[in-house]
Amino acid sequence: MAAHEVPAPNAHPDYGYFDHDADVGLSGRGPTLEAAFEAAATGLFALMVDVAAVRPRERVAFVFEEADPELALVEWLNRLLAEARSRGLVFGRFRLRRQGDRWQGEAWGEPWRAGLEPGVEVKGATLTMLAVRQEPQGWEARCVVDV
Amino acid sequence: MDLSRLVPFNGRTDNECTVWTVPLRPGERRAPVVLFGTRRLLATMDDKVLEQLTNVARLPGLVGAAMAMPDAHWGYGFPIGGVAAFDPDQGGVISAGGVGFDISCGVRCLRTDLAWTDVAPHAERLADALFAAIPAGVGSEGTLRLSERELEAVLVGGAHWAVEHGYGTRADLDYIEDGGRVAGAEPANVSKTAIRRQLGEMGTLGSGNHYLEVQVVERVYDAAAAAAYGLFEGQVVVSIHCGSRGLGHQIGTDYLVALAKAAQRLGIALPDRELACAPIRSPEGQQYLGAMYAGINCALANRQILTHLARQVLVRLFPTTAVETLFDVSHNTCKAEHHVVDGRERLLYVHRKGATRAFGPGHPALPERYRAVGQPVIIGGSMGTGSYVLAGTTASEQRAFASASHGAGRAMSRQQALRQWRGRELIDELAARGILIRARSLRGAAEEAPGAYKDVDEVAEATERAALARRVALLRPRICVKG
Repeated sequence: MAAHEVPAPNAHPDYGYFDHDADVGLSGRGPTLEAAFEAAATGLFALMVDVAAVRPRERVAFVFEEADPELALVEWLNRLLAEARSRGLVFGRFRLRRQGDRWQGEAWGEPWRAGLEPGVEVKGATLTMLAVRQEPQGWEARCVVDV
Repeated sequence: MDLSRLVPFNGRTDNECTVWTVPLRPGERRAPVVLFGTRRLLATMDDKVLEQLTNVARLPGLVGAAMAMPDAHWGYGFPIGGVAAFDPDQGGVISAGGVGFDISCGVRCLRTDLAWTDVAPHAERLADALFAAIPAGVGSEGTLRLSERELEAVLVGGAHWAVEHGYGTRADLDYIEDGGRVAGAEPANVSKTAIRRQLGEMGTLGSGNHYLEVQVVERVYDAAAAAAYGLFEGQVVVSIHCGSRGLGHQIGTDYLVALAKAAQRLGIALPDRELACAPIRSPEGQQYLGAMYAGINCALANRQILTHLARQVLVRLFPTTAVETLFDVSHNTCKAEHHVVDGRERLLYVHRKGATRAFGPGHPALPERYRAVGQPVIIGGSMGTGSYVLAGTTASEQRAFASASHGAGRAMSRQQALRQWRGRELIDELAARGILIRARSLRGAAEEAPGAYKDVDEVAEATERAALARRVALLRPRICVKG
């Protein structure tokens, strides 16, 4: 895939939610750590919008450095929230690459429009129940997000 | 919550007990924990509340006890409904997790001179007009877009900035905590990302549990306090629940990670990384304080702008009405306050995360009009039940650093609520009960189903029985605007 090519929508992104009293527990799974993070991002935005309805009209790219994979998950999700909110965008597709402590993130989406049914706003990803782990069936990344 | 570990704090052993503690285990080192509430309310709390409270009790420089209000529930780091005071001279800390993401989230209550009987025939029109005027929901932007320089002025000026720019009246400022602006805000400590997130979000409600409600005073419990607050049965009031929007969320995000790393560097053993903190006197602590105060001012300005928008709608539809600020409380803050501990006045940094400040009668920070009866405390309910106005007590100053409950508190997770309710059906059901909901998100409405919250009547009653605040009036919702 070319560097800026829009990734195809994942028909079955492997994300899920777990219970938390006031907020929402979010998890993403994938064959690689990066894929698990991408799935978590899809789950994050699925709280706010029907991600399948989001058109990949605009691309946002960013880089961050983080040695701790758990803090990297929080950084990844919070960077996506910040980029979306400050640009008035909503994202539906995601790509993350990692070289050591350097993470390259990309997201595709569009400005909010009438046809997009709003869900609930996510304020931020928290350190609560934060975990990134490799299991026999692949990677799982999870944390509680504040809504 | 497993109640077997709890013992009455004040020696009472009957069912009337509303103050509880957990004895130390052999070898356990921490400050005391205190939970306020009835046995029934405590039983509905997740065990995580006690776990989180116990973790708070291990932080350095804690004064007195780590406390949970009657509406406490499982949060991140601190429980929501958590109160903790720290002494800067004893190595006390400031914790981003003890304030929360939505810095200075709170409630502005407006009183009108309208009776609901006069408004009821126009309720649909009022609901539609408020829904059109109040920007709400994920992705919404306000009607004003600021430059970075203007926003920095907001972060210093708070509600004063809003009034100076035509949003409201000077009289509003007298009835906002801290006179509508906290000192010590440092916009330079706020990241550019946080600033950019907020440029289009001033004067927006948000989503989740935030709301604008038109309510009716259904019952007055305390005639003297109600008179001081200008409340009477049958009266229409408006409550606005929201916070510091994207700016506060980003400050929380930035400093949660930064303080977690700082704590590690400074050798503070955190039982939970989410308690991210630094000594108040440290450069890191001071930096967060300056940013957090900027977040408070942002929230105060935001609620002031929304007050103005709501007032415009009410005056347009009911031209002779007066819409005055009853009070504006913040319930996600850390503030420097003087409290008497063991007979000595001390400057403490009081974290209230999902807890309302509740100064008692005679407190010098209160406006003259309320000084004899105590600070208005607002317990926001769910959109189908009710809210309470209470008054702060002298006992609360002694027991809980002048703190009280802030809301009904969730009894059910959002995922559980989604499995149980459908947004459209819920809105229709509430309409049949005379409560008009205007929501931008059906999913959001379902998550906020009244059945997903604790019994607000019980929370208010327990708050009174624990002497944290006394009930003044019960407000019933008639119109609710949601994001």
